[in-house]
Amino acid sequence: MPNLFVIFFGAILINNFVLTRFLGICPFLGVSRKVETAIGMSLAVIFVMTVASLATWTIQTYLLIPFEMLYLRTIAFILIIAVLVQFVEMVMLKVTPTLYQALGVYLPLITTNCAVLGVTLINLNENYTLVESLVHGFAGAVGFGLAIVVFAGIRERLDYAPIPKALEGFPIALIVAGLLSMSFLGFQGLL
Amino acid sequence: MGSLRVFWRGLLDENPVFRLLLGMCPILAVSTAAINGLGMGLAATAVLVASNILISLLRSIIPDKIRIPCYIVIIATFVTMVDLLMEAFVPGLHGVLGIFIPLIVVNCIILQRAEAFASKNGVFLSAIDGIGMGLGFTLALIILASIREVLGAGTFFGLTLMPAAFEPMKLMVSPPGAFIGLGLIIGLINYVQNLREVRRRA
Amino acid sequence: MEIKKFAVSSSPHLHSGATVRQAMILVMLALAPAALFAVFHFGMYVVAILLTGVLSAVLAEVAILHFLKKPLATVFDGSATLTGLLLAMNVPAGAPLWMVAIGSFLALAIGKHVFGGLGYNPFNPALVGRAILVASWPAHMTAWVGSGLMTSATPLALSRAGESLPPYSDLLFGFKAGSIGEVAVLLLFVGGVFLIYKKIIDWKIPFFYIGTVALMTWALPARGQVGYFAGDPLFHVLSGGLMFGAFFMATDWVTTPVTKLGRVIMGLGAGLITAVIRLYGGLPEGVTFAILIMNALTPLIDRYTMGRRFGVR
Repeated sequence: MPNLFVIFFGAILINNFVLTRFLGICPFLGVSRKVETAIGMSLAVIFVMTVASLATWTIQTYLLIPFEMLYLRTIAFILIIAVLVQFVEMVMLKVTPTLYQALGVYLPLITTNCAVLGVTLINLNENYTLVESLVHGFAGAVGFGLAIVVFAGIRERLDYAPIPKALEGFPIALIVAGLLSMSFLGFQGLL
Repeated sequence: MGSLRVFWRGLLDENPVFRLLLGMCPILAVSTAAINGLGMGLAATAVLVASNILISLLRSIIPDKIRIPCYIVIIATFVTMVDLLMEAFVPGLHGVLGIFIPLIVVNCIILQRAEAFASKNGVFLSAIDGIGMGLGFTLALIILASIREVLGAGTFFGLTLMPAAFEPMKLMVSPPGAFIGLGLIIGLINYVQNLREVRRRA
Repeated sequence: MEIKKFAVSSSPHLHSGATVRQAMILVMLALAPAALFAVFHFGMYVVAILLTGVLSAVLAEVAILHFLKKPLATVFDGSATLTGLLLAMNVPAGAPLWMVAIGSFLALAIGKHVFGGLGYNPFNPALVGRAILVASWPAHMTAWVGSGLMTSATPLALSRAGESLPPYSDLLFGFKAGSIGEVAVLLLFVGGVFLIYKKIIDWKIPFFYIGTVALMTWALPARGQVGYFAGDPLFHVLSGGLMFGAFFMATDWVTTPVTKLGRVIMGLGAGLITAVIRLYGGLPEGVTFAILIMNALTPLIDRYTMGRRFGVR
């Protein structure tokens, strides 16, 4: 049973959700134009992923397994996530409407953020306990946040760069993501 | 809009990956070998066609306010079916694709087509749109996966392609290779499109 | 928005009157002693590698500029030559020439030109090239050789395996296995100090980089060992690519912070990551990745260490 330290740093550095596991790419590419927006998105995702890990683990353990409804897992999990995101949206509208505006259509899209559903599925594949699932969900989101904020920093600077026309937008973003992913290769075997 | 046009549009002009820039997560993760790309593409196409048909059938019944959760439940149902079928009939592929099979439910392509097309068009056209977009997705997957496999492992669909002296460029089958590879492919397609634009205007 | 009427650009903004070309030539001069030692220590094949690196870089630059329909003048500013030289000095002395050529080409294409050319690259191009080579052909990139191209383990690898280490004098003067550029530690140090004297590089980065590595390798036990404050900092400072990286790679103007505090942070961060990878990571050496990661953090570092900007609320 891997200990919490390994799970935590593993999810952030060694198996970074975005740069190594390829989860959460759409918002990663879509919400990384400005550092502030990236930070805001990261905080929302950290909340959703942590709570989702808790909720889905509970449903799996107390509902799906005892009643042998494991095949309903995908449907159940995605509904839980959809509800959570609705909740976050409502709260954000009341508390920080500017961030709500800034995130725009990307806020409801947290529902379709593969990282959220992905982490809940990984938690269960790895047979994590409740605490391990929570730590993993939290750390995975922190890793996502780290990647997206660093990425936003680079992209803001690239706004001034004379990038070849064919590469403007997604292509250059993907290339930078690739180079960032390559930098993280240094952490392989760290734990 | 003629059905043939709908089909070709999904495959080429508005290819969901290369032109609409959707469905990135599975593309990058699954494209390590051409056969995986093909398997994933066909699974997603199946879900896309089924959900497009059902959503189109129900489009006048689904209340507008809760349409997104409804679409998600419909898509999730079909994904679960495909997941179980694959586990039973192609366990090897199922194991390789792993969590990306259930993750089809959050594949932006499927939700986008439901929202933008199936909810507004008839059943037959929606089905064609599903087939076109699904095959467009599959095509993109196979292109990226083939390049990564040939350069990164020297094989193509598992068959050794390159001569023995060729030393595979392992970067291509690792995560950075996926990002850079896809970025360069999209860049190349943009470049070709720009040239055609210039030529058309001249 | 007509921002293009103003010459808006990102750092660095040169004020010292030095041209890019002059700076590049000085850096190559500073590298020359270490390169010459490498020829002496490893053999004449090193000349082939260095030439391949430089020539492929220049040819790649010409080809890419031609393809992008840009003026060819920048070929002569020396930056492509320097990138090629740095890349060639970062490979083992027995590396195949085709790999060096590909590395040079990719360093320039993906490390520099996709971003719009010199000054706009977020990552150090030579390190991008090296990292690509390490990820693509790990066997070749770890086929370390020592004197006369005999297969040999690097000091860091020996340390990992718990085997006996070469004496400090060998580490200092360069009689060991390693990449072409990294072995002649003393000569690299002299070259580095020369560049600081000529104000081409800032002393803060190498100082804090090497200092942090020394401190951490002294204070912390390596994986599998116990005991704090019992490490061998001198060994770590004299081994691997640290001297080379700290003076010649981590100080690249374009990809490192502009502010004073930023540069200190760069040194500390690179040192921290290098030490952690060396002590606990899967690879024996961490300089390449440490610098690349700090390159990625540079925009954020600059942003948050910029201090008050006049006229902005």
